[in-house]
Amino acid sequence: MPEGKKASVTYEKSTKLDLNVESFSRDAPAWSPCPLSSLPEEVIRRAQDVGIKVEEEERAGTYFQVDHSVVFRGVQRALEGRAEIISTREALQRYDWVKDYWWKILDVAQDEYTALAELKWDQGYFIRIFEGQKVDLPLQACLFISKDNLNQNVHNLIIAEPGSEVQIITGCTIHPNVRRGLHVGVTEFFIKKGAKVTFTMLHSWAQDFDARPRSAALLEEGATFVSNYVCLRPVKSLQMYPVAYCKGSKSTARFNAILYGVGNSRLDVGSKVVLEGPGARGEVITRALASDNAQIYARGLLVGEREDTKAHLECRGLLLSDDALIHAIPELIAKVKGAELSHEAAVGKIAEDQIRYLMARGFSEEEAQSLIVRGFMDVSILGLPSALESEVRKMIEMTTKRAL
Amino acid sequence: MLKDVDLEISEGEVHVLFGPNGSGKTSLIMSILGFPNFRVVSGEIWFKGVNITGMSIDQRVKLGIGVAFQNPPAVRGVKLGDILNELARGEVDANKLAGSVNLPPEFLGRDLNLGFSGGELKRSEILQVLAQRPDFAIFDEPDSGVDIENLEVVGKAIEDFLDGRTGLLVTHMGHILRYVDVDRAHVLLDGTIACSGKPTQILGQIMREGYRWCERCPRARKPV
Repeated sequence: MPEGKKASVTYEKSTKLDLNVESFSRDAPAWSPCPLSSLPEEVIRRAQDVGIKVEEEERAGTYFQVDHSVVFRGVQRALEGRAEIISTREALQRYDWVKDYWWKILDVAQDEYTALAELKWDQGYFIRIFEGQKVDLPLQACLFISKDNLNQNVHNLIIAEPGSEVQIITGCTIHPNVRRGLHVGVTEFFIKKGAKVTFTMLHSWAQDFDARPRSAALLEEGATFVSNYVCLRPVKSLQMYPVAYCKGSKSTARFNAILYGVGNSRLDVGSKVVLEGPGARGEVITRALASDNAQIYARGLLVGEREDTKAHLECRGLLLSDDALIHAIPELIAKVKGAELSHEAAVGKIAEDQIRYLMARGFSEEEAQSLIVRGFMDVSILGLPSALESEVRKMIEMTTKRAL
Repeated sequence: MLKDVDLEISEGEVHVLFGPNGSGKTSLIMSILGFPNFRVVSGEIWFKGVNITGMSIDQRVKLGIGVAFQNPPAVRGVKLGDILNELARGEVDANKLAGSVNLPPEFLGRDLNLGFSGGELKRSEILQVLAQRPDFAIFDEPDSGVDIENLEVVGKAIEDFLDGRTGLLVTHMGHILRYVDVDRAHVLLDGTIACSGKPTQILGQIMREGYRWCERCPRARKPV
């Protein structure tokens, strides 16, 4: 049984973001399992927008859930015995020990959304990388909502066994006809000794849609966790505050987020790193871009509980409209001497002198703005392998091009 | 800031503009480029037979004006190499150009001007103008903050570039003139072109007596 730790950091609750969960429907027709390529065209197109490869040629394995149904799951033949990707319901049935990882680093009583995920639990993916296995191609998971006003509650579990290494790309999105809905995603990560997990999550919702991801990671000795989050499309409200417990010595957690608030979106996104092991390291990097009436709350919390630990928090916010708001809330808690914590935050509009400077190189005002915005949404902070990085860069460029 | 400025540079000529700190040299460049915080209250600016006084910055630049700035802002996230490639339009090799101003290739992957030293800034500015290839190039203090070794490098790069082009060098100390041939010199004093003449003669006078002499010079033109 893993030495779990319930969230020790108090969760900052904002009453404004409370939802009436009863107002969403739980009824959705079941989807039958099928190859990804036989999914309806709109489903495929939307999934591709959040990084899912339907042909699977560039992915080592896939989990695809529509509403409450698992339509596809499995790894490519070459990876059998090296990695596993199944639904969490299957995993709990197949392996007795899986329950020892269930609700171990997240508290089911944390808030109404974790409670909802337990009481009305649908599915979710179980990813396990076997000891010492380094999986070259990314694994992918898609959580899709096809029905308007639906509430989807998934509980995911990721276990990276000692010395393993994996890239996971998760896309959460909806059918073009869906306007309203609630996605609750609980994810628990267990990253064992010397293992490395790079987890990249892309969200694409709609203006009346709400999302409440709840994630926690437990890192053993020498483990590395890189968690990337990208949200570029409108959302009514998004609230998440994932946490990484760097319990093992010399464990490293990095959270990177690229947020684009558009329309009336309200994004409340933070990351916490708790440094418990000697030599533990943490980093939180956020880029927030707000246009129209969007509000972005970019939080970050670093907790140094042990000497010889070090973490840095960096938040940059760029406002594209007078009615948008970015509120950076960096917090540092050092409990012992020798915990070296730092932060830098900068929020503002595009500097006029930069625009004029680029215009003096012959760019029009719009081109200058677009260059600065594109540069600001710097994909390289995600530390992705080059193929994945260029995919995400393309997505960002398409979205920001529409914005300017 | 600028009063009664009368400056004409014929096609193919390279002029040098001297002046003490605060005399208005940079203001003149910003006015030529059309920066909105430098408003022309009276008079006109003409380029290639076109009155550009009311044009936007980028329109003027597209017409063929290019400036290497003295104090450019840093632009985070925008790579020097990407700007160079845009300016070069596939017609010149950014790597080769960088070499010509002694800027190592890794600078092309760096954010524009971010964390550049004084000398690196100058070389990056000159490099951008070389990639831009304007018909009329203005270099604002290309020699200040540049060490002796690089002064020769940037001086030669500017000299080569200006061959057959029209240019304006703005300098306080005149060091760059060791490497660049100029046709005519002007002295800007208190916002006005106080005198114009042969570069060697004017520079020699400034080197010997300093700008204080210019201020007392009975022949200096005063604003009307």
